Amino acid sequence: MESLGKYFIFLGSLFVNRETFKTYFKLTIDECVSIGIGSIFLVSLVSFFMGAVTTIQTAYNLINPLIPDYVISLVVRDMTILELAPTIIGVIFAGKVGSSMASGLGTMRISEQIDALEVMGINSASYLVLPKILGTVLMYPMLVILAGLLAMAGGYLAGVLTEVITATEYVYGMRFDFNEYTVTFALIKSFVFAFLVASISSYKGYYTTGGAVEVGQSSTAAVTQSVIAILLADYLLAQLLL
Amino acid sequence: MIKIENIKKTFGDKEVLKGISGTFEKGKPNLIIGSSGTGKSVLLKCIVGLVKPDEGLVYYGDKEFTHADRDLKTEIRRQIGMLFQGGALFDSKTVEQNVMFPLNVLTKMPEDEKLDRVNFCLQRVGLENQNDKMPSEISGGMQKRVGIARAIVNESSYLFCDEPNSGLDPQTSILIDELILEITEEYNITTVVVTHDMNSVLGIGENIMFLYKGHKLWEGNKDEIMDSGVKEFDDFVFANKVMRKLKKMD
Repeated sequence: MESLGKYFIFLGSLFVNRETFKTYFKLTIDECVSIGIGSIFLVSLVSFFMGAVTTIQTAYNLINPLIPDYVISLVVRDMTILELAPTIIGVIFAGKVGSSMASGLGTMRISEQIDALEVMGINSASYLVLPKILGTVLMYPMLVILAGLLAMAGGYLAGVLTEVITATEYVYGMRFDFNEYTVTFALIKSFVFAFLVASISSYKGYYTTGGAVEVGQSSTAAVTQSVIAILLADYLLAQLLL
Repeated sequence: MIKIENIKKTFGDKEVLKGISGTFEKGKPNLIIGSSGTGKSVLLKCIVGLVKPDEGLVYYGDKEFTHADRDLKTEIRRQIGMLFQGGALFDSKTVEQNVMFPLNVLTKMPEDEKLDRVNFCLQRVGLENQNDKMPSEISGGMQKRVGIARAIVNESSYLFCDEPNSGLDPQTSILIDELILEITEEYNITTVVVTHDMNSVLGIGENIMFLYKGHKLWEGNKDEIMDSGVKEFDDFVFANKVMRKLKKMD
């Protein structure tokens, strides 16, 4: 509970004694490039194969001749939009971006770079963390959209190349009974997950004490706690919004 | 001038500072010395506000800092430059970007003026033409000099140095000490240096405060260290072989 309270105080401290809008704008753009562009390759690779594997496994399980083949791509579509793209990519994102944030801030803490900012009269938490949170919240939904599209493309290629489904049936299944709200729901989830990953990882890194071993521990704790927070938030959002 | 009154600080059940008072004068280096673990760095951090003292007051000129509101603290801090033990340079920025950083964040100076000021400060610390190097590409002594350039770029009124000679060879240490002395005198700023290096004490010790187990045991200048009359201070000073020889010759 103490840690949770400290986390909320930390979040509050991001909004006091701020620097100029111009400063944050530049830093946020830098973070967007680092977080967004830097994650495209991994997100693309994972989502493409995730879509491909989901298609093959769904086809493998749908052996009843009464169920039409287009159900395969319908299942792939809904699974991808509702869960695989926002949540699974969120877990991977926590591993890549969360650990990087925590270790970066942790190293800054133990090498007194954060103290140097404080001595200059700069709110170090706000200066360092707010752009990371903004950058993540801006970029992660875009990565989720990309992941969703690539997962469906991966599913299409795998399905058609292995002949478990025809191209026409795949596209028909993708469009069949489509509920736009699932996309809205996925985007809401992606905003929440992005905030959780960035804020928890930054918090763990910012309050690192000790040396190199503790930086590693902060990084591990950041990933573990971000993943737990994502899974809890996933359940809560499903319960509340679906 | 900086004045501290009755600074006390406890971590857990360990009382690190037991009521330190003193004055750090303008225009000359003020040294806080003592063995490891006596509370020198904690005192420095209390003065700059990185650690909040349990009791006591810190005055920058006539402004009390410890209990000041956020705006006054920010105003005072923006007149402070600090050289950290490890340099504390931002490792993702070049030398030029590191030195320019306080100007970027704290001022609205035009770009060309900022660059001129950065080049002047780098030249002042003997690092001209090193602008594009990364901190990892320069030596420890050069990193300390970049740290000094960053500390003075904003025309600070107060310069704090935490163990500026740690990890440096004796020759480079002397260069850093001389630089600190020159800058202090040239810009007439209040400089506080935490050190346990006797070369620094002898070289730039114009106003020395000796800490022992959280107490201030002695205060004086480099000319008075041979005859302090304080056993703990003598033990500290004459732990050094050269100092023992000097004492014998004296």
